[in-house]
Amino acid sequence: MALLTIFVLAVFVGFEVISKVSTVLHTPLMSGANAIHGVILVGAVIVTGQTEDTAGLLLGLAAVLLATLNLVGGFVVTDRMLEMFGRGRRRPAEGKHARGAGEPKP
Amino acid sequence: MSRDWSDLAYLVAAVCFILALKGLSGPKTARAGNLIGAAGAVLAVGVVFAAEDLDHLVPILATIVVGAVVGTVVSRRVAMTAMPQLVAAFNGVGGAAAALVALLEMSDAGSKSTLVAALFTVVLGSVSFAGSAVTFAKLQELMTGRPITFPGGPALFAGLVVADVLACWWAYEEQLTHSAELPAALVVLVSLVIGVLFVLPVGGADVPIVISLLNAFTGLTVAASGYVLGNTLLIVAGTLVGASGTILTRMMAAAMGRSVSSILFGAFQGGSTAGSQEASDRPVRSAQAEDVAVLLGYARKVVIVPGYGLAVAQAQHTIHELVEMLEARGVDVSYGIHPVAGRMPGHMNVLLAEASVPYEKLKEMDEANSAFAQTDVALVVGANDVVNPAAKTDPGSPIYGMPILSVDDARAVVFLKRSMRPGFAGIENELLYDPRTTLLFGDAKDSLTKVLQALKGL
Repeated sequence: MALLTIFVLAVFVGFEVISKVSTVLHTPLMSGANAIHGVILVGAVIVTGQTEDTAGLLLGLAAVLLATLNLVGGFVVTDRMLEMFGRGRRRPAEGKHARGAGEPKP
Repeated sequence: MSRDWSDLAYLVAAVCFILALKGLSGPKTARAGNLIGAAGAVLAVGVVFAAEDLDHLVPILATIVVGAVVGTVVSRRVAMTAMPQLVAAFNGVGGAAAALVALLEMSDAGSKSTLVAALFTVVLGSVSFAGSAVTFAKLQELMTGRPITFPGGPALFAGLVVADVLACWWAYEEQLTHSAELPAALVVLVSLVIGVLFVLPVGGADVPIVISLLNAFTGLTVAASGYVLGNTLLIVAGTLVGASGTILTRMMAAAMGRSVSSILFGAFQGGSTAGSQEASDRPVRSAQAEDVAVLLGYARKVVIVPGYGLAVAQAQHTIHELVEMLEARGVDVSYGIHPVAGRMPGHMNVLLAEASVPYEKLKEMDEANSAFAQTDVALVVGANDVVNPAAKTDPGSPIYGMPILSVDDARAVVFLKRSMRPGFAGIENELLYDPRTTLLFGDAKDSLTKVLQALKGL
């Protein structure tokens, strides 16, 4: 019952916390929320650490790998997008000069 | 580490996630918000190693290192144009991870309710994984972006849902007496097919909305797996994503003037089958780069409408140069950004930010629309559906009701297009045949470079 209470309260927090978002931020917000559910890594680590047979270990490690990709990749790519927004806003103060095409330096 | 301490740390991590979502919804706080979320995730993963009594530590840690390195490299390297696919891929692997966790935990399910939650996780995680895989394929153009429907599709879908419920029931009964490997495998299989059929009928332009919806699904999957494991952090984090993802999906759909149900089931009702991939052979007015340069160079006010074609051609930097040259000639230039320009809501803002286009130059749709009547030239670069007047005038059109940029209010319209092929949604654009419209065919970057050269000679 306590877990159900937590669930219901979290639903309301989830609804409230992003009541109004500019369309400009839809992409990073989706990507950021996507990264957060990568925390399933915690669950993957727990089940893998408690498994006793080889098949379970392999499946568990697969879950750990996929969850890590989701978690780490999600946060890194969101940061990369938001970093560009920051640069775009500061632009006028820095003066104008055309940047070369290609990827930004990590 | 005692139970109390680890629970406290999980609580801190959960608060971090709430703050992350809160921060991500405002432009000034977004980056900090994301970093707070990442900090919460690091804390949570650190705590699980300290708090739980775990075997196989070496392979687990090695796998995490591999995943982190691969995830970082891929996220750093991928082009900004491929962002929607990447989000779909990360979402899919998250769903798959949750389904695997639930499969492993099924045999240890302590009560009937946790067993039900585990089966729910397996179903939704598999649907999310398969659905994300199809969205990835559509966006990466490994398959057609057009809606795929076939006779009996809805009946098959309904039949599979019933079959999935029965398979779950079978797995539930088996698991109560002994292990349930066979029925569990059946549940996974049927759920995967459901995930594929769920996304196939969705048209290309609507696919990003489906990613957002599947994102919410994966969130709920993670929440359910948290219930199975009795882990409050997973419940909170998963539910947050589930709830906020649902809201975000509705907001995105609203930005496109669609309802979520018409996006998902529209093709079944024949709503989005009007599209065609064939180029029409009606006459259009095509011009040379020099003509376009004259048109732009002697205009007083120009609004640029960038679309996905601009991004694919990597022409963000060239257009920025063109704008600077026009401004040097005293032309008033701004960008009109449609909320769903690109392949995902807000995608174009990311792409132009990459090219260092000043934030103030980007006009959102309402602001741009009120300016078109005083605009001499609307320059549409690699966009099509977001300026298609059929959205306002043709109730039979699949995009009818979608808010568009009213470039047809401008005195002249210039389209830079690769060919007469319809856009991502596969719908003919009447504006292309309008006498006030000029077309310049070719790759957006080549065309812009030529216009730039011609402008220098004026």
